[in-house]
Amino acid sequence: MTRAIVVSPRDNVATALEALAAGSSLAIGDATIAVRDRIPQGHKIAIQEIGAGAAVVKYGSPIGTATTDIPAGAHVHTHNVASTRGRGDLAAAASGSPSESGR
Amino acid sequence: MTAGESFLGYRRPDGRVGVRNHVLVVPTVICSAVVAERIAAAVAPVGTALPHLAGCGQLGPDMSLTHDTLAAYCGHPNVGAVIVVALGCEQVVAQRLADEARRHQKPAAVIAIQTEGGTVRATSKGIEIAREMVDLLSRAERTRCDVSSLVVSVKCGGSDYTSGLASNPAVGRVADALVDRGGAVVLGEIAEIMGAEHLLAARATTANTAAHLLRVVSRVEAEAMALGLDIRGTQPSPGNIRGGLTTIEEKSLGATHKAGERTRLEEVVAYAAPVTHRGLTVMDTPGLDVESVTGMVGGGAQVVLFTTGLGTPTGNPVAPVIKITGNSRTAATMADNIDIDVSGVISDAESLDAAARRVFDELTAVCSGEPTAAERLGHREFAIHRRNPTI
Repeated sequence: MTRAIVVSPRDNVATALEALAAGSSLAIGDATIAVRDRIPQGHKIAIQEIGAGAAVVKYGSPIGTATTDIPAGAHVHTHNVASTRGRGDLAAAASGSPSESGR
Repeated sequence: MTAGESFLGYRRPDGRVGVRNHVLVVPTVICSAVVAERIAAAVAPVGTALPHLAGCGQLGPDMSLTHDTLAAYCGHPNVGAVIVVALGCEQVVAQRLADEARRHQKPAAVIAIQTEGGTVRATSKGIEIAREMVDLLSRAERTRCDVSSLVVSVKCGGSDYTSGLASNPAVGRVADALVDRGGAVVLGEIAEIMGAEHLLAARATTANTAAHLLRVVSRVEAEAMALGLDIRGTQPSPGNIRGGLTTIEEKSLGATHKAGERTRLEEVVAYAAPVTHRGLTVMDTPGLDVESVTGMVGGGAQVVLFTTGLGTPTGNPVAPVIKITGNSRTAATMADNIDIDVSGVISDAESLDAAARRVFDELTAVCSGEPTAAERLGHREFAIHRRNPTI
């Protein structure tokens, strides 16, 4: 069974089809990636370095922005990726006036 | 895809085709919901009710939404006869709902609890009428119908990483095949198009339709942002995040796969408004599963293809809801809720095309009368979307 799937050639992450142990290696096409973190089943692993502020790409489209430098082999999830959509929290912080319902 | 090109359905006088033949018991208002449910239960499973929380204390758009949604179910092709149960003093007008059923040449009756003299009399009169209607409907026969007569709602709920890789692409292939054969597909949940709208807009048949889609997605995003909160509290949901989905963009890109890869976007319609085009229609529904399915069935969908990663029981009062999962664990642990297991796509045991063929075959079998897991379990969830406070 394939251990991880890359949906589109434009993607910089793969989805782990089984849990991947830190320190193991993962074959992606012709390349081999050193797995840096434990990757739970169904979660994403960086297959190349993604710099802070760069787009994380899956299905060939951006799924969010890296909030830190993410090295290849690292776990990619809510701790290091921010959505760029529907972020009322950011808009409220920028305007300095969180809404009543936002408290 | 060759198997299952047709199914056995009920041809209606208005030209549409039903895949079920229900006696629908419609409460006009929350106050008559229990009586309606008791009448329907006495003649279940042919009898089915639409218990809801609205029908009074509503102004303007919400009142119209409640009335129009109930009216849409009264005219629905899966419904053979209608009993409207009123209280007597509410806003929703029982007679107008019955008229909508009659406009589609369905037998319809109205019972008002205040007129009949209370719960017991209203319930027993309703059951008497319902039994006569069941008898009448039992004489209807299914005839061979083409899949081009189908409007199929595509929906996902309790998504995880398998949804975007297996169940949604499998359903997407079915959507493509159905539209190739002249059928219609309806996709809802505008919040779950956010991040994938560029792909759907590029498939719109006109620039106006593309602009309409982008406008509706922007409106929903602005509504969410107006709360001053991070949408991640609900999109993705905590379960989605545990399942490996990081952002709404990722969830949406996986979710829109179920609308097919080459279907053209024909129209964007309002909640529970009629789906009139063959091809793909997007309906303006919220992401909450039951409100979304309620709206798409109201729009005329006779059947729902519902993908799930984590598992969910959602059904509908008049339309069969077929559950498809790509998660082998869910297929085992929630076996009673799941109709089709496509987890072989993840384990390389089955191709997406083979999985899609099984989904298409199950679709036509269910449309010919085979009960779904949700129907066997009596899942008939129904919730009308509302936008404003109750007054």
